Amino acid sequence: MIIKTLLSGDLPRSRILSAMLLAVLIGLILAPFVFPGARSLNVAATICVFVVLVASYDLLLGYTGVVSFAHTMFYGIGAYGVGLALNGMGPSWWAVFVGTSGALALSLVLALVIGLFSLRVKAIFYAMITLAVASAFAVLASQLSDFTGGEDGRTFRVPEMLQPGFRLLDTEILGRAIDGKLITYYLVFFSALALFLFMLRIVNSPFGRVLQAIRENDFRAEALGYRTVIYRTLANCLGALIATLAGVLMALWLRYVGPKTMLSFEVMTDILLIVVIGGMGTVYGAVIGSALFILAQNYLQVMMGKASVAMSGIPFLANLFHPDRWLLWLGVLFVLSVYFFPTGIVGRLRARALTRERP
Amino acid sequence: MSEPLLKLKGVHTHIGQYHILQGVDLDVPRTGITVLLGRNGAGKTTTLRTILGLWHASKGIVRYDGKDITQSPTPDIASAGIAYVPESMGIFSDLTVRENLFLAARSVKSVGEMDEKRLEWIFGFFGALKKFWNQPAGTLSGGQKQMVAIARAIVEPRKLLLIDEPTKGLAPAIIQGMIAAFSELKETQPILLVEQNFSFVSALGDTVAVMDGGRIVHSGSMAELAEDTDLQHQLLGLSLDAHQ
Repeated sequence: MIIKTLLSGDLPRSRILSAMLLAVLIGLILAPFVFPGARSLNVAATICVFVVLVASYDLLLGYTGVVSFAHTMFYGIGAYGVGLALNGMGPSWWAVFVGTSGALALSLVLALVIGLFSLRVKAIFYAMITLAVASAFAVLASQLSDFTGGEDGRTFRVPEMLQPGFRLLDTEILGRAIDGKLITYYLVFFSALALFLFMLRIVNSPFGRVLQAIRENDFRAEALGYRTVIYRTLANCLGALIATLAGVLMALWLRYVGPKTMLSFEVMTDILLIVVIGGMGTVYGAVIGSALFILAQNYLQVMMGKASVAMSGIPFLANLFHPDRWLLWLGVLFVLSVYFFPTGIVGRLRARALTRERP
Repeated sequence: MSEPLLKLKGVHTHIGQYHILQGVDLDVPRTGITVLLGRNGAGKTTTLRTILGLWHASKGIVRYDGKDITQSPTPDIASAGIAYVPESMGIFSDLTVRENLFLAARSVKSVGEMDEKRLEWIFGFFGALKKFWNQPAGTLSGGQKQMVAIARAIVEPRKLLLIDEPTKGLAPAIIQGMIAAFSELKETQPILLVEQNFSFVSALGDTVAVMDGGRIVHSGSMAELAEDTDLQHQLLGLSLDAHQ
């Protein structure tokens, strides 16, 4: 009952999906203790942030049918907001608060302006407008090097409690020091969990149902009395604000902001790929998609390196699995996942469960 | 005689380069069913869409309940009490039957607040909806989807229903159920019904208007038209033969 309330009545509706979600959740909760290395913890934190970022994009694409390329801009605004505030004001919670509030305000204004001026136009033109605005913002961030650090970005110190050298307890727990890095990880994890549950609530609220109705048939939604432009703009603002918070979390985790990590088009394509792999219009798709994609992005190269060494006697296969070709294999995996799961992994699993229920 | 609920005066509508409505004059009384007949391409659907503001009239006036709504946005027109059942049904496939009806019930904030008495009244006409209440509407049959579309329009009392070819492609048994539903419904609210199936509407309609070439070419009582076979052939020609 509590779980149903927490998930806003939107249960996974598939045993396999439930098991996968549970595995991701347990993996992320226990990551600092079970996978103690710096790299694995970084992967876990990135998954947490991407779950939020991708789910907030799915709010636009999957639930409202809005194609936007400005999502990384809002993510970048969050990261730069908190990063520049900490850089300029020093490592304090007040700087985090000021940076986050300023970033949220800027994102809200930009999302509102882009939404009200452009959501009336056809989808493809809206996509082009957002692409132009996002590109302009990325150029601006690179050019204002005195302020943003330009292409190199900025490193900054976080509040003392989040610094790696900080020790909350003198004793270790399960062989792991309770340090600033661990505290930052759980700050990222629980913030991501709270934002995820919040988004689940949004999409399952009457507001979420109107968004779905607009995606399916906007004329029909208008004929029922809904002002679709206002709903689309609200969804745009909501998605932008959550993406901003994802950016804040990423900046606090990395203690660095830069255009390549926060504002590049590569981040946008990653988001798009994850949404498609996970399943559009299913918030759970963001969890499964992010976990699989980030793991593949980080470990595929390592696994291929091991496979290549193992096959060193076989000339063709050793070459085929050379670590430098990891991007090619990531592409192959993407094509296969789209081929076998055209509605995404979550969509496919739910459809399978539904077919089994009604033979 | 009281002022009609809806009055179209010299309405012209252009869609792109096409001049579809070419001076439509139409009155919809405050009671009963007004049937809009005509062959394919006569402009019947365009008339409904123009009333609802989905396409705006380029000339002429649309007056509803004493107000000029010619250039009003669609959500305002819908909020003023006009419900529309399009020919394509326009149901939201991914949403359940319950959610489809809830979206149309604008006066309530949650599914639980929906008027149960009214829902039972609707289930009296369309029993299948109760059975498939929590099922995605996209999984229903064509007839059941049409039931969802009509139920959505009447889930709350409206001042006027615009219904576009509700019997198109439906089985005779479902059409009989629809006749029963509309017969009861017209006692409580006026309906503007677009149809090509004359045998369906001749038993239901109170007044009739016949369209051709983007204009109303005949208007009067349905009883008179139903009795006058010569006039039927003259006005409806092939479309009458095809559907009787």
